This record gives sequence, C-alpha cells and structure tokens, in this order.
Amino acid sequence: MQRSLTFNIFRHNPQDPASVPHMDTYRLDETDSMTLFIALHRLREEQDPSLKFDFCCRAGVCGSCAMVINGRPGLACHTKTRDLPDTITLLPLPVFKLVGDLAVDTGTWFRAMYQRTESWIHTRAEFDPAAQEARMENEVANAIYELDRCIECGCCVAACGTANLRPDFLAPAGFIRVARFAADPRDERTDADFYEIIGSDEGIFGCMGLLACEDVCPKHLPLQNQLGYLRRKMGLTVLKKLLPFGG
Amino acid sequence: MQIIHTDLLTIGAGLAGERCAIEVAGAGFSVVCLSLVPARRSHSVAAQGGMQAALGNAIMGDGDSPDVHFLDTVKGSDWGADQEVARMFVEAAPIEMRRLAHWGVPWNRVVAGTHTYWKGGKPFDATEKAENHGLIHSRAFGGTAKWRTCYASDGAGHAVLYTMDNRAAQLGVTVHDRSEAVSLIHDGETCHGAIVRCLRTGELRAYLARATLVASGGYGRIYRASTNAIICEGTGLSLALDTGVAKLGNMEAVQFHPTGTVPTDILVTEGCRGDGGTLLDRDEYRFMPDYEPDKAELASRDVVSRRMIEHMRTGKGVQSPYGEHLWLDIRHLGEHHIRTKLREVDEICQNFLGIDPLHQLIPVRPTQHYSMGGVRTDKTGAAYGLKGLFSAGESACWDLHGFNRLGGNSLAETVVAGGIVGRNIAEFLQGYDTAFSTAHVREAAARDEARIRRIVSGADGKESVYAVREAMYDILERAAYVFRNGKDLTWGVQALQEVHERAQHIGLASDGVGANAELALAIRMPGMVRLALCVCHGALMRTESRGSHTREDYPERNDRDWLNRTLASWRPGADLPHLEYEPATSYVELPPGDRGYGGGKIIPAAS
Ligand SMILES: Cc1cc2nc3c(=O)[nH]c(=O)nc-3n(C[C@H](O)[C@H](O)[C@H](O)COP(=O)(O)OP(=O)(O)OC[C@H]3O[C@@H](n4cnc5c(N)ncnc54)[C@H](O)[C@@H]3O)c2cc1C
Ligand code: SF4
Ligand code: SF4
Ligand code: FES
Repeated sequence: MQRSLTFNIFRHNPQDPASVPHMDTYRLDETDSMTLFIALHRLREEQDPSLKFDFCCRAGVCGSCAMVINGRPGLACHTKTRDLPDTITLLPLPVFKLVGDLAVDTGTWFRAMYQRTESWIHTRAEFDPAAQEARMENEVANAIYELDRCIECGCCVAACGTANLRPDFLAPAGFIRVARFAADPRDERTDADFYEIIGSDEGIFGCMGLLACEDVCPKHLPLQNQLGYLRRKMGLTVLKKLLPFGG
Repeated sequence: MQIIHTDLLTIGAGLAGERCAIEVAGAGFSVVCLSLVPARRSHSVAAQGGMQAALGNAIMGDGDSPDVHFLDTVKGSDWGADQEVARMFVEAAPIEMRRLAHWGVPWNRVVAGTHTYWKGGKPFDATEKAENHGLIHSRAFGGTAKWRTCYASDGAGHAVLYTMDNRAAQLGVTVHDRSEAVSLIHDGETCHGAIVRCLRTGELRAYLARATLVASGGYGRIYRASTNAIICEGTGLSLALDTGVAKLGNMEAVQFHPTGTVPTDILVTEGCRGDGGTLLDRDEYRFMPDYEPDKAELASRDVVSRRMIEHMRTGKGVQSPYGEHLWLDIRHLGEHHIRTKLREVDEICQNFLGIDPLHQLIPVRPTQHYSMGGVRTDKTGAAYGLKGLFSAGESACWDLHGFNRLGGNSLAETVVAGGIVGRNIAEFLQGYDTAFSTAHVREAAARDEARIRRIVSGADGKESVYAVREAMYDILERAAYVFRNGKDLTWGVQALQEVHERAQHIGLASDGVGANAELALAIRMPGMVRLALCVCHGALMRTESRGSHTREDYPERNDRDWLNRTLASWRPGADLPHLEYEPATSYVELPPGDRGYGGGKIIPAAS
C-alpha cells in the first residue's frame, strides 16, 4: 500500500531579517524506490520552491547532502523513505554555519581543517618529469586509500559531543585526515610534527572516546581504530618529550 | 558591489580548473577559483574507473606506448579529434600520472607474480613482472588495445581530486565556493573576468582578471536522465556563448550509456552485461537477440542504447512514476557473483533503489553520460574569439574526443590539459597588461542585476522555471537522444525556440531571497535552452552518423562532406545559433579509416 508521508522540515533563512527558525510540515505520497533526494526535490518543485537543501552527486560520493534525519546525521541521497516511518523530521547539521533550512556551510569548516592539519604531502623531494615514479607497495597504497575515503560530509562532526561543545575541536574528520598522512610514507612529517597539530585538548586529548562518530560515518571509516591509535601514539610522544632519555 | 582583482580567474574548481590553477599559482601569479559547491564536491569526484596513460607497467599493458594510446583515441573519436592535441595528450599523460603520485594519489601498484583477472566475464591468469613491482598498475576500459587505465581502488576521481585540492591549498590557491559566474565581462575583443553571484546571499560580485578560464564541466543536465551530478548544467558554456564572439565546438556530440538506473540515473557498469546480465521488457521478455542475433546484450554501447530505445518505441517499455524504462536481469548470476564481482552494482541497487538484484529486476534506461562539445579552443587552450579567455576539461572542446570519448580519457584530459593550458596561461600573463574599463564592469553588473530583479518580481511573466525545464527535457528526449532523424530534429529545433521564448518570461513563485534554488535555476534557464538549441540544430544540420551522433536517415559516416567540426556562436538577439565548420584536424597522423567496431558504412573523403 502506498503511504502518505509527513515531512517536518526545519526552516530558517538567515538572509531574510524577518525569518525566524521554525518547522514546516509537508505531505507527499510515497513512490517506489523513493529517496530523500527525490522527495525533497518533489517538495521544492511541486509545493514550496523556497526550500533550501544541498545535493550534488545524488550517488553518495560527494558528501553534499548530510542532514539530521529523524535524529541521526546521514546522507539524504543515500536514505530511502521505505526505511523510515511515516513521519520524517529533517534538521540541518549542527556545528556548521547555516546557509538556509537544511543547507549548511561545510566548505568553510573543512577548508579551515586543511590549513590546520596541513592536509598535503610534506616532502623535500622535487618532482622529476623524466624519472620513473617512486615505487610503493600496493598494500600501502590500499591502506592510504582506506583512510583517504572520507567524503567530508560532516556527519561525524555533527554527531560528536565535543565538537558540539567547542568550536575549535579538530573533530573526527580532522583526525582521520592526520591519520591519512601519518600512514603515507611520502609524507616526511614525524610524530612530533603531528603532535603539534593534534596533541592538545582541541585535538586528540579532547576526544571522549564515545564513538558517536564511527556510528554515523556513511563511508564506514575506521574512526574508532584510528582515534585509539592516534591517542596512543600521541601519548607516547608526550612521554618522549617529558623523559630526556626517551626515544 | 565588491570588486576582486586576480591574475587568473577559473570558473570551476574540479580537476581541470584546479590543475590549471596550481600551474599558474606555481608560476607566482594570483589565482581565484570559483565553484558552485565546495571544490571537492565537484563532479570529478564521482569518476570511479580511472585515467588512461600509456605507462605499460602492468602485464596486460605490456608493450603499450603513447603511439598505441594515440591510435585508440583517434579511432575512438571516429576521426573527429584534433590529432595534434591527441598527440600532445598521449605524450604528456604518463608524466601527469607520475606527478599525481608525487603529490599523493594512492594509485594501485603492480604486485609481482600470478594473479587472476577478468575479461569478458571470464577469469584468466597472468603474471606481473618482478621488475615492475611497485610501479603504477592499470586496468581495462572499453575501446582500448591495452590495459591502460590507472586507478585507485574504486575511487580514482575522489583520490585525484582530493590530492589536487590539497595541493591547491598548499599553494594558497583561493577557492570561492557557492559562487556562480553569471556572465563574462568583455568588450567584444578581450575578456576581463566575470560577474559572479554568491549562492549564500544572492549578492553580485565582480571579479576582474587578466585571464579567465572556463573549467565548468559538462552540460549533461540539459537532459532529464544523466549520470552527471545535478550541478552539471553547462553554465560555463552558456556564459561563453552569450558573449556572441566565443564559439562552442561539436555541441551535438553527446555520449549516452545504456544502463542508468531509474530513478536517480546512477550508472551501472557494463560488467553486468559482460558477465551475462540480460535486458527484459515489460513482459519480462528478452528482446535483444531479436535485434542483434549474434551479440545480443554484448553489442557496443551505442547499439544497445539504440535497440533499447527502439524497443520502447514499440510500446514494450515499463511504465513507472519516473518515466518509461526496461529491466536489467542479473538474478541468474547467483549470490556469490553478485555479492562479490558485482558488488558496486549490488550496493547501488540496495542503497539507492531499495531492491535486491538477486531476487529483483533492475530498472534501467539509456542515459546521457558525457559531453564532447564545449568552448572551442586552440591547442594552447585559448578560446576562439576572445583574448584572455581559456577553457579546459569537459567544458572545453580542445578537441581530444571528437565524436566519442573513450572511457578513462576524460579524467586524464582534465589533468593533462589543465597542466598544458596552465603553463600557457602563465606564459600569456607574463608581460601581458590590460586596462579594465570600469564602464564595462558596471554595464555587465547592471544588466545582470536588472535581469535578476525582473525574474524575482515577475515583471516579464509568470512562467514556472520547472515547467520550462520539463519542456526542454521532453524535446531533447524525443529529438536529440541516442537516435536522431531529420523529422524529429526539425520539430525539436522549432519546439526549443518556443521554449526559449518562454524562458524569457520566467517569474518566481518564491521570494528569491538568499540561497534560493528556484532563482538560481531561473537565471541559468535561458542559457540552458540555448545550449539545447546548439545540440539540436547542430545535430539537424549534420547529415551523417559519426561516433555518438547517430542519424537514422543518414547512417553512413561521411568523410567526404563531414570530416569537420561544428562551431556554434550566438549573435545578439538571434533565436538560433549561427553554425560554421572547420576541418576536424589540420595535422594528420592517422588518415580516416575503419574503427574496427560499431559497424556502419563510410563514405570516403574525395581524394
Ligand atoms: C558517473 C561518471 C563516472 C565517470 N567516470 C569516469 C572515469 O572513470 N574515467 C574518466 O576518464 N572519466 C569519467 N567520467 C567523466 C569525468 O569524470 C569528467 O569528464 C571530469 O571529471 C570533468 O572534470 P572537470 O574538471 O572538467 O569538471 P567538473 O569536475 O565537473 O568540475 C566543474 C566545476 O565547475 C564549477 N562550475 C560549473 N559552473 C560554474 C559556474 N557557472 N560558476 C562557477 N563555477 C562553476 C563546478 O562547481 C565545479 O567545481 C565519469 C563521468 C560520470 C558522470
Ligand atoms: S569518539 Fe571522540 S571524535 Fe568521536 S564523537 Fe566521541 S568525542 Fe567526538
Ligand atoms: S569521516 Fe565519515 S562521517 Fe566524517 S566527514 Fe568523513 S565521511 Fe563523513
Ligand atoms: S548528493 Fe552527493 S553524497 Fe548525497
């Protein structure tokens, strides 16, 4: 039987001085294979063209469409209405600045993260166009790729208790970025260099280890594993700094 | 109005835009990149297959060379490519792959020893050479003599775009995301930058640049069903067209893929059919053997797409709330095969369609996939008609792909062309001075502002932007899809002219304040219809079949009359593009011949 769905959607337009945050309710008949991508576009095109939300790839790979879906951060394009109850409540991700309704500014947040983690390979080697590429074990390449798969959707940041409390927290997406470069033999940074980035309460020591982040990551990045690893590694780095004979 | 000065403005921060930006920033110039979305969400991120470059490290690529890559590319283009460009491209591609490795791309590497690979649905063993252990590996892709596609697991586009954007961040390249160029600032001879609309606030800004690059990606989304990201609406091309002097090349050359899912148009790989998947109609009848007794579902992409459309035209399509489609059946391949070898397909079905392909049929239809046409440039990347304007990547017609691009060549083109065009721009900027006339800036901004005000207030009418878009979709689907013919195209051109007129009378239903999507689309819409007209009119005039351009009424490839490139420009006030033609290539290394696949007759060039 076809269901009639009720959508409760957060509304606020920061560009309109008269706008006050509130919830609007819409109804839509469910169709086969309906995702939130299809449903939200139908609502915009058929009922309320002022609705604001973000989609881009609509295939779960670009990270544009994260929102809080019935209380849980997730990718809207990746969410089938069939898996949800008749009433669907949609809120924008917290932590990020609101652009309007369900759209938030993840771009600015992540760019700041790149600068903080210096999200690039640090090497003194110069590229030589005439030379063969430096060799790498395929296993190493795969291991880097596994940590490079983050799509910067922001779900983990939104779910993280610490990130919600302190805006300067590097947050799980930042940690996984550091882990990606720490795993890359082409990057010459040492543990002490990484410590400068994450060895503080805004960094890995602010993490409470409750792992809300891993639960919501649509790409199933090994956050738990990597956060634990970074914490141990940074703990050791502190020890080495304190003990003159260490390392 | 805020005015921002920069040496180079790139309209687009996908792979082509950022690769170019890195080259120019590395030469010491200031660069600003614009993007509709955060740079890393650009459509390049979605490419999964990989990039072609003749490294020849893998055993299945053994003996590969730029020469072999050149042959594949020119044949693939059905001799529509500029052969000088193709030559430059194949020579530079291996170096670019190595450079990407140096910057951090985790390319898969050769592992010495014997491995089981798959070809045409069948496993076989091959032994990788010990001396190549640890070098960049490659995989197969359609239409190539050698396995030449460099890959990073199942996410080459993601891995390369993230590395590129990291590199851009390292060099301090500024990216202004949620910023849309809405017109170019120019005086009919020189381009001075762009008027840009902030997609957060709706405000206009002027960017004054000594060089401007269009790297805005494809125009797939002028079609209803496209595998492209929903932002691939071709706006960069329409800005260039609207100058009246820049030219678009081969807009009628549009590639389709037989199996996009319904709804949401996500691509499912050819592998499904290669491994034994079949196509069924509304009666669950397997129809392909009736049309293609020998090859059935394994015929080439174009042929399968054509037969699917043909069969749907006989009323055998499946009706759905999302339009008509057919079924792809892989149930008989069994659980093990589906959950392992076809895992990607399994995931798309489960995650986006909510169906289990082990027990259910997959709804599919031929879907737009790649835009060969674009801003016509010379081999340095300089646009025809306007000094200081450049283009690279899918938005450009450089012209590497002619009438059909090979899988794996487009992603490679973005970085190779980005590098070459970037170096040329840096050279161009050296010692180039231009005076910006504030009058032109004010004039351009005032024109855009007035147009936007009229759309918001409904001063020109109350046409719904969504209704106009639906009308454009319907026409292109009937007239300029996989199959084309004179009758439908003639109708299509006329019908699009009417839609173009309607597009001048769009008025909003919402307030248009802030990050308003209805307004953003309304601003783009007339330009999108003009692109559709370039496609349809170009296709009507081209009375031959070449590459992806298939005329039912002119099935031969006609080298006598049509070994050329269409150039479209839009004169002020016109209701049709002005078309002219230039030879496909002035440098000929490989004279026109048979592609060796796809069949079809050839009318040879007069000698
Ligand atoms: C599903 C899929 C899979 C693919 N897989 C492969 C593959 O395996 N191998 C391969 O070779 N090719 C593949 N392709 C093709 C390839 O991905 C594209 O051709 C290529 O990524 C295009 O890159 P680009 O830099 O030119 O444009 P894009 O990556 O599309 O970037 C365009 C940029 O322009 C910006 N932009 C657009 N308009 C404006 C405007 N008006 N103002 C400001 N900014 C603007 C966008 O925000 C974006 O930043 C695939 C394509 C699809 C659809
Ligand atoms: S484990 Fe750490 S990073 Fe993850 S949600 Fe908890 S506090 Fe945040
Ligand atoms: S780690 Fe996962 S949840 Fe967090 S931003 Fe990356 S993909 Fe999203
Ligand atoms: S739209 Fe790209 S991940 Fe959802």
